[in-house]
Amino acid sequence: MGARENILARIRRAQGRPGGEPTAAERAAVREAIARHEVGPQPPFAHAPDRLAQFRKECDRLGTTHAQVASERDVPAEVARYLAANGLEPRLAGWGEFAGLDWAGAGIAFDNRPARGDDRTGLTGCFCAIAETGTVLLLSAPATPKVTALLPETHVCVVRTSRLVDTMEDSFALVRAEVGDPPRAVFFVSGPSRTADIEQTIVIGAHGPYRVHVILL
Amino acid sequence: MQVQSMFFKQRASEKLGDELLQGNMRKAKGKFVDGRAKAVAEFGVWEEVRSHAAKVRDRALANLDAYLLEFEANATRRGAVVHWAETAEEACAIIVGIARANGVRKAAKSKSMVSEEVNLNEALEAAGVEVIETDLGEYILQLAHEPPSHIVAPAVHKSKEQVAELFVKAHGKPRLTEIPAMTREAREALRGHFLGADMGISGSNFVIAETGTTLTVTNEGNADMVTTLPRIHVVITGIEKVIGTLEDFATLIRLLPRSAIGQTVTNYLTLTTGLKMPDEADGPEQMHIVLVDAGRTKLVGGPMQEMLRCIRCGACMNHCPVYQNVGGHAYGWVYPGPMGSILTPVYVGLENAGDLPNAATFCHECAVACPVKIPLPELMRKLREQQFDRKLRPWPERLAIAAWAFAVKRPALYAFLSGIGARVAKWMGGREGLIHSLPGLDGWTKGRDMPAPAGRTFRELYRQRSLERR
Repeated sequence: MGARENILARIRRAQGRPGGEPTAAERAAVREAIARHEVGPQPPFAHAPDRLAQFRKECDRLGTTHAQVASERDVPAEVARYLAANGLEPRLAGWGEFAGLDWAGAGIAFDNRPARGDDRTGLTGCFCAIAETGTVLLLSAPATPKVTALLPETHVCVVRTSRLVDTMEDSFALVRAEVGDPPRAVFFVSGPSRTADIEQTIVIGAHGPYRVHVILL
Repeated sequence: MQVQSMFFKQRASEKLGDELLQGNMRKAKGKFVDGRAKAVAEFGVWEEVRSHAAKVRDRALANLDAYLLEFEANATRRGAVVHWAETAEEACAIIVGIARANGVRKAAKSKSMVSEEVNLNEALEAAGVEVIETDLGEYILQLAHEPPSHIVAPAVHKSKEQVAELFVKAHGKPRLTEIPAMTREAREALRGHFLGADMGISGSNFVIAETGTTLTVTNEGNADMVTTLPRIHVVITGIEKVIGTLEDFATLIRLLPRSAIGQTVTNYLTLTTGLKMPDEADGPEQMHIVLVDAGRTKLVGGPMQEMLRCIRCGACMNHCPVYQNVGGHAYGWVYPGPMGSILTPVYVGLENAGDLPNAATFCHECAVACPVKIPLPELMRKLREQQFDRKLRPWPERLAIAAWAFAVKRPALYAFLSGIGARVAKWMGGREGLIHSLPGLDGWTKGRDMPAPAGRTFRELYRQRSLERR
């Protein structure tokens, strides 16, 4: 007998169930319990009357900066303003969905490719965003590489307010409805990377970005 | 990690005399405890979510075998290979085997307590694989050749001056004095390792049966590098980590960072399921998930199964007056504090860790802080009972407990004896009312005086007061 069989048999013995493996009925009961997707109690602020205000409030708390623009056409100008205000070079690696915008007009060199270890700024969109925690949710796919949000020191993320949901549970419901099975990486980003491993002192910018800037449209 | 829990008493006294450690621990305590208290206060429905979380964990544990098979089926369907390991040695052999089969030379690791349990780094290094810890705290400890002293903040016992010293030696650069600069230096030192590693090794805070998903919860982003960049991703985790659904995860993740450090959410949460698609820029080509028993099935179905609910937040140790004073290393194995005082004796044998369930004042701070309502003091008490029954405590202690049990069952005898005791103790206290040394219990009075009792027992005083009221 292998480790798998031994472990399963030990569990069953300990729980007073006969046989070496769960029965078909036990497996079915577990699948049924899973299929209910029971949602637990949620904090009151998770269902704020003003979802956008709640999202912004949590972004502020996390150190994520944010700006509102009227339409997608205005994104390059906002990115240019943000990079200049932070003294960052006007060049970025971005997701293909933004490649068609007028980057040259805003004075920015746009590289339509996944970010590499030496890129300074990465531009991504997101699948949706969560108001409860000020989180953006990225799903991995060929057109939406996760590295672009992770390797550069600055991550700029475009969030459409129509894609703002209240809670993580709502985001999972959206994944199920629109994608089905979760893709390889379901990546929840809540502010710039940080560590408190030396003397419990919070330092912004550990291995991931030092800055996260959300552009709402 | 080598078990040293049998030396708890000796190590605890050493740690109590270590002024540097005492200072470092004092600094940490306030941040953890106050941070959690604030996060819980503003949450609103803490108790409701706590109860639901305990239910969610119990539901999976009650049918652990079926949940594990559901997880295995879904993870396999998505292209991962699921391995099962009964022991620490088996877990290491599986991962060394994967490394050998793929010609792995460098492995980048994000923090995993299970890997500490099974001594994975040593096993891989013995097989010629360079292993790099990438969590900043773990990286510091790897440089210091020390084990972690806390499950969430592994280097909590180190001061920044101690870290600066380690970095000078490791990086060969001028000594730094500021923590942000040290963090940047570590980031730069580790970036190349992330990009150059053939294998990424991570733990998994939970595994989700519904989708076959493993996941990491970090602030630094190191786990995201580890699970995204190398061509092989290995997950090592315990069989008790399985939960049913994504919704169950949403409940638990509201509790975990708040309990650990008072954060509403960690900067990164990543659910990883399956492999890189052919035209994707990132992601592993192979994913291996190693499900480890190594003692966990000893808790299944028994009187201490509640311990398996543990989500490794560290709140119990942060709130423990014993841990706050002696630090994590005194406990002598991977898991310190109250949760470690239960897991260590169960996993490595009560005879090797007999002092741990006794290193508690039963103040119940841990039980109150636990986000999944594990009755930690109750479980420690059960271990103490086992010790008594198995004659694992020294005979004078067992004799004393037996004598006390005999007396306490006979109220008249107990009143008589405790009356004598109270009077003798008052006399021993002398004029200043302090007892400097207790015969047979001199260890207790070595560092402090015992205040002498009032000279009469509670029952005598109570009776007198009742009479006066009439």
